[in-house]
Amino acid sequence: MSNLTIGNKVFTSRLFTGTGKFKSSIQMEEALLASGSELVTMALKRVDVQNEKDDILSHLYHSQFNLLPNTSGVRTAKEAVFAAELAREALETNFIKLEIHPDPKYLMPDAIETLKATEELVKKGFIVMPYIHADPVLCKRLEEVGTHAVMPLGSPIGSNKGIRTSDFLEIIIDQATVPVIVDAGIGAPSHAAYAMELGADAVLVNTAIAVADNPVQMAIAFKLAVEAGRIAYEAKLGSVSNEAKASSPLTSFLS
Amino acid sequence: METFKEIADNIDWKSTSNSIYSKTEVDVEKALNTAKPNLEDFKALISPAAEPYLEEMAQKSNALTLERFGNTIQMYAPLYLSNECQNICTYCGFSLDVKIERKTLTDEEILAEVKVLKSYGYDHVLIVTGEANKTVGVDYIKNAIQLMTPHFSHISIEVQPLEQNEYEELIAEGLNTVLVYQETYNRDNYKKHHPKGKKSNYDYRIETHDRLGKAGIHKMGVGVLIGLEDWRTDSFFAASHLSYLEKKYWKSNYAISFPRLRPCAGGVELKSVMTDKQLVQLICAYRIFNQEIELSMSTRESDTFRNNIIKLGITSISADSKTDPGGYANPNTNLEQFEIHDKRTTSQFIQTIKDQGYEPVFKGWDGALQ
Repeated sequence: MSNLTIGNKVFTSRLFTGTGKFKSSIQMEEALLASGSELVTMALKRVDVQNEKDDILSHLYHSQFNLLPNTSGVRTAKEAVFAAELAREALETNFIKLEIHPDPKYLMPDAIETLKATEELVKKGFIVMPYIHADPVLCKRLEEVGTHAVMPLGSPIGSNKGIRTSDFLEIIIDQATVPVIVDAGIGAPSHAAYAMELGADAVLVNTAIAVADNPVQMAIAFKLAVEAGRIAYEAKLGSVSNEAKASSPLTSFLS
Repeated sequence: METFKEIADNIDWKSTSNSIYSKTEVDVEKALNTAKPNLEDFKALISPAAEPYLEEMAQKSNALTLERFGNTIQMYAPLYLSNECQNICTYCGFSLDVKIERKTLTDEEILAEVKVLKSYGYDHVLIVTGEANKTVGVDYIKNAIQLMTPHFSHISIEVQPLEQNEYEELIAEGLNTVLVYQETYNRDNYKKHHPKGKKSNYDYRIETHDRLGKAGIHKMGVGVLIGLEDWRTDSFFAASHLSYLEKKYWKSNYAISFPRLRPCAGGVELKSVMTDKQLVQLICAYRIFNQEIELSMSTRESDTFRNNIIKLGITSISADSKTDPGGYANPNTNLEQFEIHDKRTTSQFIQTIKDQGYEPVFKGWDGALQ
């Protein structure tokens, strides 16, 4: 299985994870370690970046983890840039997961503000990973302004509904010149494996691990599924057909 | 521009009530099995016909809440700044006609309270006052917010309804959330319980959330004071209000609270007394109806009830509260609005939350993001 490079970092694990919704910080730590994940996102609104003893941050001080602060809660590009600068200063990372959802009910990403913020953050030297709809044109526009990855959603965030946007993800993956990370909606290891088989470079999983009865076991299941999906993609899957293709009725006259 | 007043005026109280009370098992089962319940489904879920389905409702509410909010409970603390009030409200301990000592905190007194709340670990504060515009007007509230922004990452208020420009002014100072409860959506009964003062203006109050939406508030709270009216019919109006607001002011978050009046000697005569079972039914009904809404609970309720409600859909809870101005640093029960029921300390209560497999969250917002 090949490595994945984003910005200046090389990842051997293609499973990115989140820190929300766990029963306790200790359980979060155990599950994330078990997942093998090397990139872990946390909401700036949820952590106290000034406090080294913060209940989430203090459980993430492992060499395995790179921190990926996210801007969840902001509603505009302006707020997002401000939050990103705060994160860079406090957490000493230039990675930022850009989440701009003015709609707090369904947490749908705002394409227009996201494009604006990406452009500005790239100029300011951030490694920008924007959370977006599975919109192939938006992905190209984000590439043009220098995004380092794109994070299209599989289905509504937290919904566990799986990959409902596969037709668009296939186009995005086909056209992409930056890593494509499927974010949001992945509810089962099979969903993650499927996204990886489609050619996604990585997936981001949070709710499905955090709210499982046994988050550590679920984290391991996702780790294996992501690896299986990636290896299958690299090994080149056979094409799918609903009918047997034994004869060549249209061209048999040639033989 | 249309506000919720026009919509509420067109919902007939009596026929709504009849419609709720005539819901059947079939309606309840449909409501429980549909992917996107609507307001008719909400009626079924709060109807007497749903009472035999309480365990099923609780399990569904638990699962939906877990999916959206995970194993977390947000913690907040109310901070009473004043019990001065120019309104007469039949049920309230701060009512103008109630002979109690009146007090409005000074800056020093406010900071003394802040210090105690910070020592308990709180990061989300809910400012509460009566309505006394000369002493506790917008300027007083603005000053209080300025005093608190360095100490809390989330600031809410539960004060008199204000004008849109006044809300804008407070939002610019760091205000995140405003809670305004209609108390009752029954216009006639509202007048009866609010005979004097600015609060007696039903229309001004019911249009408050529209002013808040236009001002761009981050989160607003809706609710009724359970007991003043038939709780089922009143709750239907609140749910309608919520649905209207969510569509119109789609950038705001919403929260529902469940203040429940209890019958007491010499107290106001209640139109309906809600049982514990019915309160669980209402909480679960809201969660099934709206997976994303914050459902909040105060210390009005008992220890046992609060311990068990954590798993049933509540996502935000207070503990160790004082309802007398200055009560954290210098308790004086002669000043309080109502006697709290659950008197456990914050550390005792968060242990209870942890014992049930939930993580108490003190920081859920960052003032720097506003």
